[in-house]
Amino acid sequence: MQVTSQQFKQAASRKLADHKLQTALMNARGRLVAARARSIQELDNFEEIRQAAADIRDHCLAYLDVYLEEWERNARAAGTIVHWAESHEEMNRLVLEIARRNQVRKVIKSKSMLGEESGLNEYLEEGGLEVRETDLGEYIIQQAGENPSHIIAPAVHKSKDEIADLFAEKHKRPRLTEIEALTHEAREILRPHFLDADMGITGANFLVAETGSTMIVTNEGNGRMTTTMPRVHVAVAGIEKCLPTLEDFSLLMRLLARSATGQSISNYLSFTTGPKRPADKDGPDEFHVIIVDIGRSRVLGSALREALRCIRCGACMNHCPVYQNIGGHAYGWVYPGPIGSVLTPAYVGIDKALDLPNAATLCNQCGVACPVKIPLPDLMRKLRERQVELRLRPGGERLGLKVWAWLATRPRLYALATRIAARLGRLAGGRERLIHWLPPGASQWTLGRDMPAPRGRTFRDIYAARRRA
Amino acid sequence: MRVGLFVTCLADLMRPSIGLAALKLLEQAGCEVVVPASQTCCGQPGYNSGDRAAAQALARKVIAEFEHCDYVVVPSGSCGGMIRTHYPELLADAPDLKERVAWLVNRTHELTDFLVNVMHLEQVPGRFDGTVTYHDSCAGLRELGVKSQPRALLSRVPGLALKEMQQPEQCCGFGGTFAVKYGEISSRIADQKCQDVESAGADALVLGDLGCMLSIEGRLRRRGDRKTRVLHVAEVLAGMSGEEIE
Repeated sequence: MQVTSQQFKQAASRKLADHKLQTALMNARGRLVAARARSIQELDNFEEIRQAAADIRDHCLAYLDVYLEEWERNARAAGTIVHWAESHEEMNRLVLEIARRNQVRKVIKSKSMLGEESGLNEYLEEGGLEVRETDLGEYIIQQAGENPSHIIAPAVHKSKDEIADLFAEKHKRPRLTEIEALTHEAREILRPHFLDADMGITGANFLVAETGSTMIVTNEGNGRMTTTMPRVHVAVAGIEKCLPTLEDFSLLMRLLARSATGQSISNYLSFTTGPKRPADKDGPDEFHVIIVDIGRSRVLGSALREALRCIRCGACMNHCPVYQNIGGHAYGWVYPGPIGSVLTPAYVGIDKALDLPNAATLCNQCGVACPVKIPLPDLMRKLRERQVELRLRPGGERLGLKVWAWLATRPRLYALATRIAARLGRLAGGRERLIHWLPPGASQWTLGRDMPAPRGRTFRDIYAARRRA
Repeated sequence: MRVGLFVTCLADLMRPSIGLAALKLLEQAGCEVVVPASQTCCGQPGYNSGDRAAAQALARKVIAEFEHCDYVVVPSGSCGGMIRTHYPELLADAPDLKERVAWLVNRTHELTDFLVNVMHLEQVPGRFDGTVTYHDSCAGLRELGVKSQPRALLSRVPGLALKEMQQPEQCCGFGGTFAVKYGEISSRIADQKCQDVESAGADALVLGDLGCMLSIEGRLRRRGDRKTRVLHVAEVLAGMSGEEIE
């Protein structure tokens, strides 16, 4: 997907003014947060499970080479054809080659964020294939020609009314208004595609090393049909998705659905271990897995390593006050919200997403919600430090910081400067004691807020006067 | 017991009554309070802006200024969190400071936490006739576990009744320099906090961090609310507000 994160500020501004989006966000706001809060109450040792999950993910990352090789051995033994790709282009090309070798015309797809990263749909369509998204949210945004705005609820930015209009236009049927009826119509439209597709493409929530399986966590059943109905199944997965054992998977699963949607478990858990065997009733004739690096190994060796623990639940964005107000599109790439503010610069380049790590209050509502304890504010701060080291911050900001640091380490001058500022501020506040306009540098404060004025004297001056008295 | 009061740069400049109120509370609790005159800032603005060197210089300065005290008390969860949660990481590459940092971390408390958990304060001098709603600031809550302490103290203020808002733990949108770098987003988040405050229908919003105060009060006034008072918990507990000290 094209990276537009450098336009974050303008995009966020448009999103704040978009009434339809604001209504959709307002309706969604709090729903997933409340659902998660309820469901983690079912666990009497949530914090211990969370720590164990973080430890498992760290262990996997520390021995990634070992587990990936174990996974590959077991996957090959089960008849899986394993490919390795270093770049998005390589991954796309491998998928198209597999399709061409198998005379594939139609592809059905279950949700894959990696597919979004690499622009897989467009690539395959340019290669002459028909590609159908089958996850309801992905189907909606494919019909609308948009990108996902959330990693588990890709169409969360759209209201029911917008979807009703979209379906009426695209399906050329009478406009429906009930959610159930809309879902039913999508199902009717999609069913024939499941039946005559030649190839299914899925992502993978996890790779299980001890069995050589790929596995997906879904709610709609479309994933199960994508992995079992077409002749060929291709799964794409990042190297960081590897887990040692099914036991580890079951522990993470106690957290994944709860953190994502507040479910104790998702409606479907689908494991794929090799293609159809002679005795199997269904399943693909060929099963390919493409394991991709695309920046992961670089992140593994960097200060941002903990971000690779991510199990893609979306809790960080659901709990983020910035995401809650601007939605996912403004972030400008595949992963929005706090995890996106770390992964986007890590994967596409720090200079291509300068705003993202800065556009956060560091409130840590994300960090405490993260099921694998990724210290998201700390990682954003590390990216901020890196931007300063690489001199990527604007000149005015650098100068401002320099002046502040110079003054703050010179107490006498600092006392003088603040004495003057307190007096000027008092004057600027007038009788109301409110400043309505601040000069450049701080002017954005007064765009939507007043500034309560200083009281005229600093604490240090009042205190010194009292001591003298 | 010698207690060093870290006033914080924001309170010093913008709202000295917070420092004076903290001073009164500590003295009435029986502490010998020292206020190092050379103190300025904990370094957080530099730290969160990626200027590690500036933050380190200020952290060293804070350590030197306060290490002769038995405790360091801060009327701010944010600055307290900076010292307790972030100084060890910030100064990790200065092994000579390791013990001094550990000492400071263990001895630094947010004001209400200190009054409740160290001083076991039973009575407070303030009086407030009306209802208040309490906003939990992010750093105080999530870095220092300040949640029950201010409420416990407020419950001892004669005349005061606490009316909780719907989401007291939701961020107010301040975020330090975030508020001036992304003012539009910041004030939208503040607006939601204001709606929550107004729905609670209290006479005053009380909180423990001046950054959040400036952000929420600034947005309340811009929304046209001139009536809801915005007070620091120290001011309420000490029975002092800005007007009285000028």
